[in-house]
Amino acid sequence: MSHKINATFNDRPLTAEDGTTVGAALMTNGVTSWRNTRKEGRPRGLFCGIGVCFDCLVDVDGEPNQRACMVRLTEGMRINGAEPDTAEEEA
Amino acid sequence: MSSSQHYDVAIIGAGPAGLAAAATAAERGARVVCIDANDQPGGQFWRHRPEDTHPEDDGSLHHDWKTYLRLRAGFDAAAAVGSLCFYPGRQVWMAQREDNGFTLRTTASAQAGRAAPGPQTVRATQLVVCAGGYDRQLPVPGWDLPGVMAAGGIQAFIKANGMLPGKRFVVAGTGPFLLPVAANIAEAGGAVAAVCESADLTGWFPHLATAARVPAKALEGTEYAKSFLKHRIPYRTRTVVTEVLGSDRVQAVRTAKVDSHGRTVQGSERLIEDVDAVGFGWGFTAQMELPVALGAETRVDDDGSLVGVVDSQQHSSVPGLYLAGEVSGVGGAALAVVEGVIAGRAAAASTAAQSSAAESSAADVRLARKAGTYRAFARAMHLAHPVPAGWQDWLRPETTVCRCEEVTAGDIAAAKEHLCATDARTMKSMTRTGMGWCQGKVCGFAVSCLAGTEGASAESLRSVAKRPVSVPVTLSELLTLEDEQVLETTTDH
Ligand SMILES: Cc1cc2nc3c(=O)[nH]c(=O)nc-3n(C[C@H](O)[C@H](O)[C@H](O)COP(=O)(O)OP(=O)(O)OC[C@H]3O[C@@H](n4cnc5c(N)ncnc54)[C@H](O)[C@@H]3O)c2cc1C
Ligand code: FES
Repeated sequence: MSHKINATFNDRPLTAEDGTTVGAALMTNGVTSWRNTRKEGRPRGLFCGIGVCFDCLVDVDGEPNQRACMVRLTEGMRINGAEPDTAEEEA
Repeated sequence: MSSSQHYDVAIIGAGPAGLAAAATAAERGARVVCIDANDQPGGQFWRHRPEDTHPEDDGSLHHDWKTYLRLRAGFDAAAAVGSLCFYPGRQVWMAQREDNGFTLRTTASAQAGRAAPGPQTVRATQLVVCAGGYDRQLPVPGWDLPGVMAAGGIQAFIKANGMLPGKRFVVAGTGPFLLPVAANIAEAGGAVAAVCESADLTGWFPHLATAARVPAKALEGTEYAKSFLKHRIPYRTRTVVTEVLGSDRVQAVRTAKVDSHGRTVQGSERLIEDVDAVGFGWGFTAQMELPVALGAETRVDDDGSLVGVVDSQQHSSVPGLYLAGEVSGVGGAALAVVEGVIAGRAAAASTAAQSSAAESSAADVRLARKAGTYRAFARAMHLAHPVPAGWQDWLRPETTVCRCEEVTAGDIAAAKEHLCATDARTMKSMTRTGMGWCQGKVCGFAVSCLAGTEGASAESLRSVAKRPVSVPVTLSELLTLEDEQVLETTTDH
């Protein structure tokens, strides 16, 4: 049986089942975007889901530009990304 | 810390082709190394939950799981006796050919969390590239909204995490692969508002005899049909998504019918509302960076993808380099396994020279026949599911084509008209398409089509796959290279 992993996204608690990727943990916590594009400032999250597109880049434990779809969530992980404007409306 | 190890055979990728190649070569006495960017074997087709938290995957989301378990048993047995060395979670970012074989540079796929350990440099006499592929994309207004994903990406999310990346989905594009994606969504508890297939399935009629010779495929088809009925999934043929709507994430899609020439039919538009996830897939693009960098001869396949040219032994035009699975032609997992076995046998034989000729030839004939059957099926599939000829009609000047550098269809049209950019390489230098993080993997096909006058040319597709490094790496990794010249060509990133 897998247990819960506790991490943070922009210093707020983020909890997900052990064995999920950072991208999946964010998505299941209602965060669908965590990066803004350079030119237009458009929100981005997961796209290819398999490490090809680099749309899902996020800062993990101080390492910038990590692919959220390729990094597995681990205990105490500190994830930092752009704050999605619309995440609150979701709930 | 740079260590180097030498093997008889190196295999890049542990998907259907790589698993088969590795197990086969090791079984035949070769000292094998296998490297895969993912944390565990399986590739795209057999991607599964992490084995440490979910050791007993029952294969319910998978087809042909029995074949996986059999291949995996051979793979694990070889690893247990030390004839196979597996480095998961590491990517090969460069491959070079030298006098006595190949040198591969590897890096951890993730620099944070559980960064996978392994050698930075691996050397081998023979190389089998089984790098697979990824969903081919066509740009459409709104496809850069969060919630839009590659169809395969949605499936990968479900298979790896046991969760859904949304609640109500539309799956669109072309090809039989849209069916398992929709079925996986429904089985995981998601709603599928529609599957939009651009093709008219009558495209299969001329090839039914060929298709019927692949019994497993037919069976798979009936299973999906059952799943569609059970979950009431609407399957709409000759239908495309012409726009994704939403402000900061997907909220709806607009669909339209296409005629027999692949052009959208005026007045056939429909709005599907309350959608929070869209999956697009227009067939697959093979990961050709490493074969192209090594100088392998390529061709444009029936589906318009750039793939490697191989002989009956899966041997490429480069001595000692074998290609198996999607990189030698997109054809599905069953074909990938057969090609992996052929490549594994051939690569091991050329290092050991101890195989019995009589036994080989009978087996060779059997494998060749099997591969031929699957290839014929793949060809039928490609011809029945073309990219619709009129896809460019749904672009608007402001539609993003290159997601990384945010280059629009209007920018591309202007560069074509005023600057005579008629292939992907010229387009790249004029507009920055393909200069971003993904290096043109996502937009390369579309840009080649938009720049060209008659679809995507081999030349253009080749220029897209030609990159000094196959994945972005850090400067410190580049500094591990002794070769100064390579360094110079890679610093623009
Ligand atoms: C997301 C996705 C989902 C799919 N789902 C289905 C499905 O449900 N049904 C179906 O019939 N077909 C599916 N396909 C098509 C399927 O991929 C192929 O039929 C089959 O998996 C091909 O096998 P392969 O061994 O050639 O490649 P893959 O299975 O793609 O395996 C390639 C492996 O190589 C690794 N790799 C690639 N480049 C490198 C590198 N530079 N360094 C290290 N490792 C590398 C990858 O991590 C991957 O594990 C899917 C494809 C994708 C992209
Ligand atoms: S979603 Fe494409 S790299 Fe992560």
